Amino acid sequence: MTEPVDTLTPVLTANWADERSWTLPAYESRGGYDALDRAFAMAPDDVVAMVKDAGLRGRGGAGFPTGMKWSFIPKDNPNPTYLVVNADESEPGTCKDIPLMMASPHTLVEGVIVSSYAIGANRAFIYVRGEVLHVIRRLRAAVREAYAAGHLGQDIHGSGFDLELVVHAGAGAYICGEETALLDSLEGRRGQPRLRPPFPAVAGLYASPTVINNAESIASVPSILNHGAEWFAGMGTEKSNGFGIFSLSGHVVRPGQYEAPLGITLRELLDLAGGIRPGHELKFWTPGGSSTPMFTSEHLDVPLDFEGVAAAGSMLGTRALQIFDDSVCVLRAVLRWTEFYKHESCGKCTPCREGTWWLVQTLTALEKGQGSEADLDLLLDQCDNILGRAFCALGDGATSPITSSIKYFRDEYLAHLIQGGCPFDPAASTVWADSGAASASGVTPAGSVEAGARTEAHR
Amino acid sequence: MSEQQVEKTVTLTIDGQQVTVPEGTLVIRAAERIGVQIPRFCDHPLLEPAGACRQCLVDIPDAGNGRGFPKPQASCTIPVAEGMVVQTQATSPVADKAQQGIMEFLLVNHPLDCPVCDKGGECPLQNQAMSNGRGESRFEGVKRTFPKPINLSPMILLDRERCIVCQRCTRFAAEIPGDPFISLIERGAQQQIGIAEGSPFLSYFAGNTIQICPVGALTSEQYRFRSRPFDLISTASVAEHDACGAAIRVDHRRGKVMRRLSGEDPEVNEEWISDKDRFAFRYATARDRLVDPRVRETEAGSGRTVGEQRMASWLEAFALAARGLRAAGSVAVLSGGRVTREDAEAYAGLARDLGTADVDFRARPLSAEETEFLRDRVAGHRDLGYADLEAAPVVVLVGLEPEDEAGTIFLRLRKAARRGARVLAVAPYLSRGAAKLGAELVATVPGEEATALASLDVPDGTVVLAGERLATSPGALPAVSDLAACTGARWAWVPRRAGDRGALEAGLLPADGGRDADQIIAAVLAGEIRGLVVGGVDPDDVSDPAAFRAALEAAEFVVSLELRDTDVTRAADVVLPVAAASEKSGTFLTWEGRPRPFPQVFDRPACFSDARVLHEIRKELAALPAELPTAAPARSADPARSADIPGRSVRDTGAESGVLALATWKLMLDNGSMQEGDKHLAATARPAVARVSPATYAALDPAPDEGLVTVSGDRGSFTLPVEVVDGMVEGTVWVPANSCGTGVLAGLASPGSRVSLTGGER
Repeated sequence: MTEPVDTLTPVLTANWADERSWTLPAYESRGGYDALDRAFAMAPDDVVAMVKDAGLRGRGGAGFPTGMKWSFIPKDNPNPTYLVVNADESEPGTCKDIPLMMASPHTLVEGVIVSSYAIGANRAFIYVRGEVLHVIRRLRAAVREAYAAGHLGQDIHGSGFDLELVVHAGAGAYICGEETALLDSLEGRRGQPRLRPPFPAVAGLYASPTVINNAESIASVPSILNHGAEWFAGMGTEKSNGFGIFSLSGHVVRPGQYEAPLGITLRELLDLAGGIRPGHELKFWTPGGSSTPMFTSEHLDVPLDFEGVAAAGSMLGTRALQIFDDSVCVLRAVLRWTEFYKHESCGKCTPCREGTWWLVQTLTALEKGQGSEADLDLLLDQCDNILGRAFCALGDGATSPITSSIKYFRDEYLAHLIQGGCPFDPAASTVWADSGAASASGVTPAGSVEAGARTEAHR
Repeated sequence: MSEQQVEKTVTLTIDGQQVTVPEGTLVIRAAERIGVQIPRFCDHPLLEPAGACRQCLVDIPDAGNGRGFPKPQASCTIPVAEGMVVQTQATSPVADKAQQGIMEFLLVNHPLDCPVCDKGGECPLQNQAMSNGRGESRFEGVKRTFPKPINLSPMILLDRERCIVCQRCTRFAAEIPGDPFISLIERGAQQQIGIAEGSPFLSYFAGNTIQICPVGALTSEQYRFRSRPFDLISTASVAEHDACGAAIRVDHRRGKVMRRLSGEDPEVNEEWISDKDRFAFRYATARDRLVDPRVRETEAGSGRTVGEQRMASWLEAFALAARGLRAAGSVAVLSGGRVTREDAEAYAGLARDLGTADVDFRARPLSAEETEFLRDRVAGHRDLGYADLEAAPVVVLVGLEPEDEAGTIFLRLRKAARRGARVLAVAPYLSRGAAKLGAELVATVPGEEATALASLDVPDGTVVLAGERLATSPGALPAVSDLAACTGARWAWVPRRAGDRGALEAGLLPADGGRDADQIIAAVLAGEIRGLVVGGVDPDDVSDPAAFRAALEAAEFVVSLELRDTDVTRAADVVLPVAAASEKSGTFLTWEGRPRPFPQVFDRPACFSDARVLHEIRKELAALPAELPTAAPARSADPARSADIPGRSVRDTGAESGVLALATWKLMLDNGSMQEGDKHLAATARPAVARVSPATYAALDPAPDEGLVTVSGDRGSFTLPVEVVDGMVEGTVWVPANSCGTGVLAGLASPGSRVSLTGGER
């Protein structure tokens, strides 16, 4: 199998396969923390301008320009400014921040320092999903190492810049990935989204100016400092600059994290990942986690950048590419996702709280072959009554899999009604379903940086 | 006041109609101006916007900047903008569908128990489901269920199935009274209102959550399952429990009050009332309510009354009362503080007819200094109102604990404090209520308020609220007006009872040469006054309860106007039942001096107001021949009787040389006779404790046993749990005035006396 290695751009993932990559010596041996001195040599506003010029856009899904977000921080507010890193990675299928923090926590810590310097924050928080205890420990160990090495604390590198960094563990709620719910949770309150305005840039954490960025966005900042805005802007597509971690999961031969320029296609990524598991064909996939409308094999050549995916009717989201082959019942997959949204709905607003409760019941009946074709229209109408009516974007996300799956697989829904149940064998979609495929995917891809990193990171 | 701020206005278009509203107005309220009611649940004009229920979605094709919102917006969270275009459900199919969709979702998990729900018939969910929802539900699944109901407090019940988690109740609790003891717990469809374990929703204002609940999720033990709204007759009235004049609505059926709700009066209580105003009304239907007049037989020769009381006709009672009073010669009038202004004027008129200057409405500790102050500085003045409290930059509280003694003032001050007003509490310690006002404590031993006030430096525009308790603090009331004179501050006197201010204005205060209530009691005991007319006075409320009781015995002729049997009625020669507040019309004057007229709720035959009863007595008096045979020897001159009159009824407890000053006031919910009849309400009262400073606690000898201390004074002692309060002024112990035994005045200490404190039970 020839691998087009040149399409990958390992930056954040470059050191994942290093020996004990998560330790400070390993990180510094590759020039880690060099971006600090480069940043301190510049005025904070110039760092902001550099990130703006690089065209870095939020990696948490929405794609808002990071530099612009930073420039919203008011200069005349008497309250302190805070940087909050959203590492509450909980979206089904998304697996980029957690392996990043697992394999190279210092990349994130370095990014936090540079970013805090740029926005004038002397206190920063990393809000990590509470379930990933091992990652939290690694991150905390990295922060300890950074303090000991003088990368954090008072007068960092003699620059006069002070920064305290707190790693905060969430308590396991999907909603806390929503930035204002995250702030409430960080303040010790019940995590539910806040009314906006005021926006966090004006009154965020403790009613003070706050920048909230995704972990991958912040982790990308040191590379911009080290290589320049042009280097970064040179990658990717016209409006979606730079690289990103694409997490491939599901029915591919070599699932894992593939760092590539934005604009790469699933076809290319599948080539890198060894393709769909042998004997099967791609049926549907999500471009950015379960909250983004699904794609099918007709979308294999959609450029995976913000504009390209949006033009094709979905969202780039978190580049969580969940791959489902022809053994999977789309209704079953959608129901499982919907159960997730029902379970994770925070309850604040009516459409998400009650709508997901109802959607699950409607889908469950359909999966059992109960109901009628009119229920599909009912489902779509329920989704229409949730989409754009909820308090935050999570309600919208809950409708994506349903509307998109009915769009592409209406017949499959109807097949359940005709057959009086699911026409698929759920066991057929499991990884152990047919031994031939299992042995093929069991091959260790020695040449694969990503898979190597996985192995290393989980050691 | 400096230059008037010109209110900026904004003009926008709603459903094709232009409307101009003040800047910052929310779209949902701007729409109300043109008569468009957007359905809503979480929205409440007195609470911060939440945007939780999403029922009020509207289409905004132009936000005022030429660009529209791509999706419907919650009109309860969006402020108006110049040139904004809004399309509500009336003109936008998108908004209409969005609202119908939300309504359908709300009903997914809402039980269809409207036929047995207290809210049915007055339910915003029911009403708006009819007006803005679909007739038939498409939901055929399984509804979420909970065991129902659960108690949030001894009074408040929660039916979680009915709850649509709009958060009105939790926002009310946190924002309005500052009692955030209910909160959202769990998530998704399981999300519910809850309390922390062992920490019930004990707020003096908890009942308001029932009223603002847009579904039947919150109910009271008192009213649950008692009646249906459409069976009730509603009468607007005024609360009779304090001097705040809160507007209430009395809902009644077949001559019985079923519940009371808050009325709406933006100038007074907005939409909130205390739980006392809401739930304390069963005293009027107590079993011992007096119905028929009672008289004592007159001895043929002496004209003295003898023997047991017997039932009498109204006519006989009026005649006997008039004859007895005329015969007594020297008569004093104690009206009590619960009277309406009209009743107060009738008492004053009776006193005139009887030719006596010995009148007093004060059924509580008082002083000559206060008499003078009230007469000269308070009566006839109307300087301050609720709006001034809200606008004041600094508010000084002295001799007043608003949360306990004036709930409506407390809520207004909360509002002021939330907007940045500074509150200074001249008090022995920072009470929970004062802390909720963000108050700074000016730690003061009771009795030394004058000194504390003299040392205050307050800015222009300050408002000073002086409670009636200052009566017994020497120099305190003049110090209030002095402070005002020096600093330009404005001040108001805040009494506790609903009728106090009206009685003051009616002149029920000893005029020149007249005796005050304490002097009246002493004069009766000395044989100088022989007849008494007593309105609603609880003997245990006066300065010296034992002396008052002795005076009732000593007086030759006592006329009692009362609701229920008390020691006054038992000692009286003529007992005249009077109407409760709901059975008469009248006017209360608030602490501001604002008249609060209220109509009669019930028309009961042979149930007369004090004024009507007094009018009849006055008619009888006028009809009497000018000369009546004067009563033979006054009772007090009767050695057989005077022997059993204690001179000064003091129980010697050997504690007169106590070292601690006694701080005390009445809690909002305590043993007051007008709160009787509802055990659930009583269960929400705060427990009686004694509060001391850490140093006082440490010095206790012997040390407290199981957290109990004994406070001893010249009239008795109380054993109470002790609570140590940081920052409390030294040399002082606080106990609630009427939460244990017969109350502080009857059972602990005389006003201004000192008490001692020992650990453990005595």
